[in-house]
Amino acid sequence: MDHAQLARASFIVIPLILLALLIIPGRRAVRLPLAIIAGVVVAFGLGAMMATGNFTYMISFSTMAMIYAILSLGLNSQWGLSGHVNFGVAGFFAVGAFTSALVTTTMPTGALAAYSQQAFGLGQPFLVGVLAAGIVSAIVGYLVSIPVLRLRTDFLAIATLGIAEIIRLIFQNERWLANGPQPLRGIPQPLGCLFDDPACSWLPAPVAAFLQPLGPRDYIFFYFLLVAIILAVIYVALERISRSPWGRVQRAVRDEENSAAMSGKPVTFFRIQSFVVGSFIMGVGGAIYAHYVVSIDYSHFNPLFATFIVWVMLMLGGSGNNKGAILGPFVVWAVWTGTQSVVDLMAPVLSLISPDLPSRSAYFRWMLVAILLAAIVLYRPEGIIRERKRVSDFMKRTGKD
Amino acid sequence: MEASATGDKPALLRVEGLLKDFGGLRAIDHCSFSVREGTITGLIGPNGAGKTTMFNVITGFIQPDAGHVFLGGDDITGLAPNEIFAKGLCRTFQIPREHQSMSVIENLMLVAPGQLGERFWNCWIRPGEVRRQEEEIRARAEEVLRFVELTHVAEEYAGKLSGGQKKLLELARTLMTEPKIVLLDEPAAGVNRTLMKRLSENIETLRRERGITFLLIEHDMNLVMNLCDPVIVMSEGRQLMEGRPEEVQRDSRVLEAYLGGQYAAAEG
Repeated sequence: MDHAQLARASFIVIPLILLALLIIPGRRAVRLPLAIIAGVVVAFGLGAMMATGNFTYMISFSTMAMIYAILSLGLNSQWGLSGHVNFGVAGFFAVGAFTSALVTTTMPTGALAAYSQQAFGLGQPFLVGVLAAGIVSAIVGYLVSIPVLRLRTDFLAIATLGIAEIIRLIFQNERWLANGPQPLRGIPQPLGCLFDDPACSWLPAPVAAFLQPLGPRDYIFFYFLLVAIILAVIYVALERISRSPWGRVQRAVRDEENSAAMSGKPVTFFRIQSFVVGSFIMGVGGAIYAHYVVSIDYSHFNPLFATFIVWVMLMLGGSGNNKGAILGPFVVWAVWTGTQSVVDLMAPVLSLISPDLPSRSAYFRWMLVAILLAAIVLYRPEGIIRERKRVSDFMKRTGKD
Repeated sequence: MEASATGDKPALLRVEGLLKDFGGLRAIDHCSFSVREGTITGLIGPNGAGKTTMFNVITGFIQPDAGHVFLGGDDITGLAPNEIFAKGLCRTFQIPREHQSMSVIENLMLVAPGQLGERFWNCWIRPGEVRRQEEEIRARAEEVLRFVELTHVAEEYAGKLSGGQKKLLELARTLMTEPKIVLLDEPAAGVNRTLMKRLSENIETLRRERGITFLLIEHDMNLVMNLCDPVIVMSEGRQLMEGRPEEVQRDSRVLEAYLGGQYAAAEG
């Protein structure tokens, strides 16, 4: 393993430790050392075995899957926890992405101002942008929830789908807001200077020397680390509140609203809370996506790409289970990216049927995803990892889970 | 049965001139009655008399078109179900509405009022207190489970219980608080004799030892006659009469309401 590959691998140690902590059962005293060993071994093992190109591909694949995992966790706190059928994931995703973009970029000046318009550009740091994205998305979620949460099931689905489309069309048409139909470019990458030459001035010399062989193309490794940490924080925070008396009320409301009301729980208040918590998380997901792709426009936030695929991910992973909500995105994203090559292989056959069929192969992939969803609902509605019976972790274990 | 229909205990629950229309159907028609403290009051009447609608109006699920509901002197008309619960009124449902995907014990723990952990930020900033409270609530839930003899299914999904066990669970839920009055909607429907006996013993014990007032809808006349005093009869949305069980049993208006004009022919 050369120096550059070693430096790359070092970025994935912490994410792998976090993953190991998620998977390995048992007491903390045993888990932590085991996870650290596993993380270090696997990270440098992968670095040593994989070619740089494959390694980079794997990391960018995982980064995108983790962004979807954040959306899926957000949806889980709405659908899994309390049964909201939110078909408007894309809307909150968009609000988060554009908010963070506007908060972190600066107003275009000079010649650029003629091409690029935006309502404001605050030039704030990344974390401020992410937090602002969550908060603005939560506010939008709250405002939406007041009229919309009077609805249930299919009606709620249609209402939220409509709202997400409205949000997308606003970003498409309002040029002054975020450059209208044109992409909003130049969204800053946090600590991008780590990979510049010379590196950030505040960086200690040994670290700078260690990272020296890496170039801007390797930025993805750092971003992967950043997303993994944010995902872990969201997971722990969400797990904490969903395995609590709060989560118990949510599940009670999901199962049987009238009975929850007659147990003294203000049902509407709790339904709004879970909707807002989910909106916050989706907004954060949007921000992380924006800083990942650097340039965003309305077309990224269409229902197929940003709502339904998230639903498939959550349903496959396991609604109501936060671990499932993380697993699902990896599986579905693998299927999604994998089907591209399947479709490519099928191109000759498709062109025999009709000459313009290969160019429409994208729809074929969507069909595969739809079939996957139908199969989950029919054959394994609880998902890969089913919901745990016991809700609250604040009481002692009784032996039986 | 020491209390009599003309007893002097104050009214705990009082409905006055309640009116509820569903389109052209008048489900409750200027109905008034009161439930005195410390009684097990039966509410009977033929199907469609408006008994369950009455429960739904009292507990805030349906808004009445006119009239008032008073609980111990407070006007609770139009309050939300959870606000009415907070004032000390519990109810069960005719068809058990358990939280099916939760364990039996957590079905009960849910009901405990004033849980810190129901505010999600407390789970982050005050986990110790939430944990301590959870242990207290669980101890209480275990006690209630022992009382209704459901301890052996504590960790089962509530949705997997038998019909009769669900009825017991419904009753158990009301015991997780300190209710002043409990409304039971057909507690014995679909319950076998043995279980029914246990259920009525439980109700009687609760009244005697904890001073809980009960208002119960029931079609099983054995249970009503043995347990309830007084009995209120509803028919066509109105209060037909109120009296001791034996008076009600003998009253010709009641028989007519149940059986129509030919009750004499069916009596044998």
